Amino acid sequence: MSERITKASRHVSQNEGLIFEKSSPGKRAFDLPPLDVPAADPAKVLGANHRGEGVAGFPEVSEIEVLRHFTRLSTWNYAIDLGMYPLGSCTMKYNPRVNEFVARLEGIATEHPLQPQSLSQGCLKILRLLEECLLEITGMDSITLQPAAGAQGELTGLLLIRAYLGAQGNPRKKVLVPDSAHGTNPATAVIAGYEVQNIQSDPDGQVDVRKLGELVTPDVAALMITNPSTLGIFEQRISDIAAILHAKGAMLYMDGANMNALAGVARPGDFGVDVMHLNLHKTFSTPHGGGGPGAGPVAMKKILEPFRPIPVLVEKEGGELALELDRPHSIGRVKAFSGNFGVLVRALAYILAYGPGIRQVTEDAVLNANYIRKHLEGVFALPYSLPSMHEVVFSDALQKQNGVNTMDIAKRLIDYGFHPYTTAFPLIVPGALMIEPTESESKEECDLFIEAMLTIAQEAVSTPDLVKHAPHSTRIGRLDEVAAARKPVLRWKPDRTE
Amino acid sequence: MRYLPKSPAERDDMLASIGAQSIDDLFSRIPERFRLAEALKLPGPLSEAEIIEYFKQRARENSVAYTSFLGAGVYNHLRSVVTDAIIQRGEFLTSYTPYQAEISQGTLQAIFEFQTLVCQLTGQEVANASMWDGSTATTEAVLMAERITRRRRVLVARSLHPEYREVLRTYAKNSGLDVEEIGFDARGTLDEKALGSAIREDVAAVVVQSPNFFGAIENVPALRETAHSLGVLLVVAITEGVSLGVLRPPAEADIVALEGQSFGLAPTYGGPFVGVIATQEKFVRQMPGRLAGQASDSQGRRGFVLTLAAREQHIRREKATSNICTNQALCALAATVHLNLLGKEGLREMAEQNLSKAQFALHELLKIPGIRQAFEGPFFNEFTIRLTRSVDAVNKQLLGEKIVGPLALDPLYPELPHHALVCVTETTTRADIERFALALRGALRRAQEQG
Repeated sequence: MSERITKASRHVSQNEGLIFEKSSPGKRAFDLPPLDVPAADPAKVLGANHRGEGVAGFPEVSEIEVLRHFTRLSTWNYAIDLGMYPLGSCTMKYNPRVNEFVARLEGIATEHPLQPQSLSQGCLKILRLLEECLLEITGMDSITLQPAAGAQGELTGLLLIRAYLGAQGNPRKKVLVPDSAHGTNPATAVIAGYEVQNIQSDPDGQVDVRKLGELVTPDVAALMITNPSTLGIFEQRISDIAAILHAKGAMLYMDGANMNALAGVARPGDFGVDVMHLNLHKTFSTPHGGGGPGAGPVAMKKILEPFRPIPVLVEKEGGELALELDRPHSIGRVKAFSGNFGVLVRALAYILAYGPGIRQVTEDAVLNANYIRKHLEGVFALPYSLPSMHEVVFSDALQKQNGVNTMDIAKRLIDYGFHPYTTAFPLIVPGALMIEPTESESKEECDLFIEAMLTIAQEAVSTPDLVKHAPHSTRIGRLDEVAAARKPVLRWKPDRTE
Repeated sequence: MRYLPKSPAERDDMLASIGAQSIDDLFSRIPERFRLAEALKLPGPLSEAEIIEYFKQRARENSVAYTSFLGAGVYNHLRSVVTDAIIQRGEFLTSYTPYQAEISQGTLQAIFEFQTLVCQLTGQEVANASMWDGSTATTEAVLMAERITRRRRVLVARSLHPEYREVLRTYAKNSGLDVEEIGFDARGTLDEKALGSAIREDVAAVVVQSPNFFGAIENVPALRETAHSLGVLLVVAITEGVSLGVLRPPAEADIVALEGQSFGLAPTYGGPFVGVIATQEKFVRQMPGRLAGQASDSQGRRGFVLTLAAREQHIRREKATSNICTNQALCALAATVHLNLLGKEGLREMAEQNLSKAQFALHELLKIPGIRQAFEGPFFNEFTIRLTRSVDAVNKQLLGEKIVGPLALDPLYPELPHHALVCVTETTTRADIERFALALRGALRRAQEQG
C-alpha cells in the first residue's frame, strides 16, 4: 500500500451492543429523593388509564453502564474536536465551550417560557441584543428569532412574502429556485403554498440574469437565492437580480447558509435582499450535535416587518422589554414558545467574543478555502473557475478515468483522519467534491488535508481499488444502504436479538 | 483572537502561496460599493470571563429563587448530571448529521436507541430521529395524515395546547387545510357529541392531546373507534412525556406527536426541546424527518445508517414529505441518555411521584375557601382550578412571596374566567406546596376583603 497517513494512527475501538441488550431486571442508574407526600395509588387514581406493568422493554442498567455505553459510542464518531470537518455548505467551525457554559447557567437554563415577563427581563435582553447584532451583520431592518432551524426560517421568510403580497391583493403563485439550491428551498416553497419553478444556472454557475428577466412573470412571488452560491461563488450581479424582481413586484429571498463568506465584509441588506434567514448552527458556531438543534432567524426589510411571526419582541415605555402577541398582520406562530432560546444564547456568546473582529473570521475562512483550492487545482477538476469565497467545488472528472468517484475519495479521506467533504452536491456539478474548511483550521491542518487529497489522487491512479473499497480503518465497512431501505429495521425488538 | 488558529505570518504565507497581494484580493468579486469600508458596530470583543459575566448579569434579571407552579407544555423535572457530561463529549456535540455512516456510528446507534425508546413509550411501531418540538411535530403529524388520507379537513381539540394550535394554523393556512376546533365537555376532555356532529368522511384527522392542556386524560381507544369508522386518522399529541411512565400508551393512535422536553432537557426559556413522531409501520414512507435503520457491511457486521431518505428534501426536493433538515439530534441524545438512566423503574417511580404530588396539591388547595376543581376526572401532574378572583391579580400577590403561580387560562380561553392550570412535579416539595397553598389562601382572603 502506498499509504502516507500523517494525521491519524489506528487504535483500539471498544465494541458495544445496544443498551437493550445489557438490560437486566433490578439494575438502575437513578434514584429519586424519597416521596414527601402520601403515596397515591395509581391504579385507583387512574383506573383504566393506568399502565400497571411499566414500559415494556425499557432498559434496566446501572450508571457506569450508561456512561460507558455512550462513551464507547461517542468514540465511533468523527467530530470537529478531532479535526477538519470540511463539509461544504455546512460550516463546521469550532464550537466555543464558553457558549455551552453560559447556556447552562442557573437563571438561563432554568427559565420557564410562560413565566411573567417582569421575571424574564434577562432573557429578553439577550434576545434584544442578538437581534441588534444580527441586524448590524445583515444590514436588514427587522428580524424574528423564532424559527427553529434554517428550513423553518425559509418557510417563515416565504410566508412573510406571501403575507405582504397578499396584502397588496395577490400572493402570486410561483417561487423561482436555481438548480444549484439546497433541497430545503424547493421543499419549503411547496409548504408555503407555492409552485416551484427550477431555473438553470448559466455556464459560469451564476443566475442567468438575461433569462431571469423573462422568467419573472406577474405570477412569480420570489426568487430564492443562495449567496455566495453553493458553488462558493459570489453572485456578482446580485443587485441587478434584485432590480429585475423588484421591477415586477417580486421579492428576493436569500438563503443565508453561506453567510460565513460575508459577515463583516458585505451585507445582504445593502445589495438588494428583501428577506433572508441565518443558520446560527453554521455561521454563528452553535454545535451541530449530530444533526441539531439549530436556529434560523429571519431578517427582513421594513415592508415585511408587520407580518413577523408572534411573539414579537418590543420595548415598552420605560425600557421594559416584552413579547407581544397581539399583532393583527402577523403570519401567526411558527413554533411554540420563544424560539430555540438556548441556541440563541450560544450565538450571542459567539458574536460577543469577536465583536467587530468577526470580519477576521470571514477573511480566514475565505483564505483557507482559496489556499486549499490553489493546492488541489489541476489535480482535481474545477468545473467552475470563478473566484471562490468560503468553499470550493471540484469534480471527480479526472479520477473517474480510473473508475474512482467522489464518494470513493470521500471514504478514503476517512482513512487519512478527516471527515469527508460534501459529496455529489450541488447537483449542477456531476461528481462534486464540495470543500468548506472554515476559519477554524490552522495552516498545519490545511496542509495535512491537502497532502491527504493529493495522495489519494495518486492512489486513484496507482491503486484505484484501494480507494474504491475505502474506508479500511473504520469499525465497519460501507453499509448496504439499499438492503437497509428495502426491509427497514427501525427499532430494536427482543426477538431480533440472539 | 483566541478561536482563530493563525499567526499573522502564517496568513501572509498562505496569501503569498495563493498569489494574492492582500486579503482584499480574495473578495474582489463582491462589487466594491457593497464591500464594507468600516468595521461593524458590534459589542465586543469580550474575553471568556467577560462573556460569562454578561450572561450571569442577565441571569440575575430573571426568576432566580422563585418556586414555580407552571407547566403547560414545559416541565421542570430532575436531570442527572451524567446526561450533560455525555452530551458535552465533543464527539457528540461537534459532529454533523451522520450521513457518513462509517464514522458516525455513535450518533446513528444512539438515534436507533432513541427511536426504540419512543416506540416503547408510545406503543407505536416506528419513530423518527426527531422533529423541532412538540408543536411542529403535531403540525407535521397532521400534514402526514393529509398525505395518507388525501383529505383536507382536520378536527382539532380545543384542549390541544393553544400554541400548538396556532402553529398548526400557520401551516394549514397555506396548504389549503381546513382546521376546525372541537370543544371540551364538563370533564375537560373532548366533547364527543360535538365531534360526532362534525366528523365526516372528508376528515383527515382528529387531533387531541393527552393529558390535554387542562391536565385531563383523553379516552384514546374510544376516539379511535369514532375516527376509524369513517376512515379518519387519530393524531395524539403528548406534551408531558413523563406521564407515559404511569399512563396507558396511546397505542390506538395512528400518529403520535411527542414533546420530549421532560426527558432531561432544561426549560431554557422555551427551547431547544425535542419533538418526535411515532406511527404504524404501514405509514413509515409518509413520515417526515430522518430515520436511522439497521444495516450490515460486506462482512455481516451490524451497523446503522440513515435510511428511507427518498422521503426527504435533499433527495426529493419539492416532492419531499417535509422541508425539515436540521432537527434536534443532541436533544434527542440527551433524552436517550436520560431515559436509559431512569430505566423502567426510575421512570415509573418518577411518574408515580408526580401523580402523588399532584393529588396532594389538589387536596391542599381544595381546603381553601373559594377554590374548586374545574374538571372532574383523572389527571397526571397538572389540573385546573377555578378561583373566585382573577388569577392574574392573585398571581401578582404570589410573586411578592417568591412564587410563580399557576397559569391563568382566561387569556387563552375566555370561556374559562378565573381558571388556572396548576403543575407540580417530583421537584416540587411538600413544603413548596404548603407554602403555595398558604400564600394562595392569603391572597384570596385579601382580595375578598378589598371586595
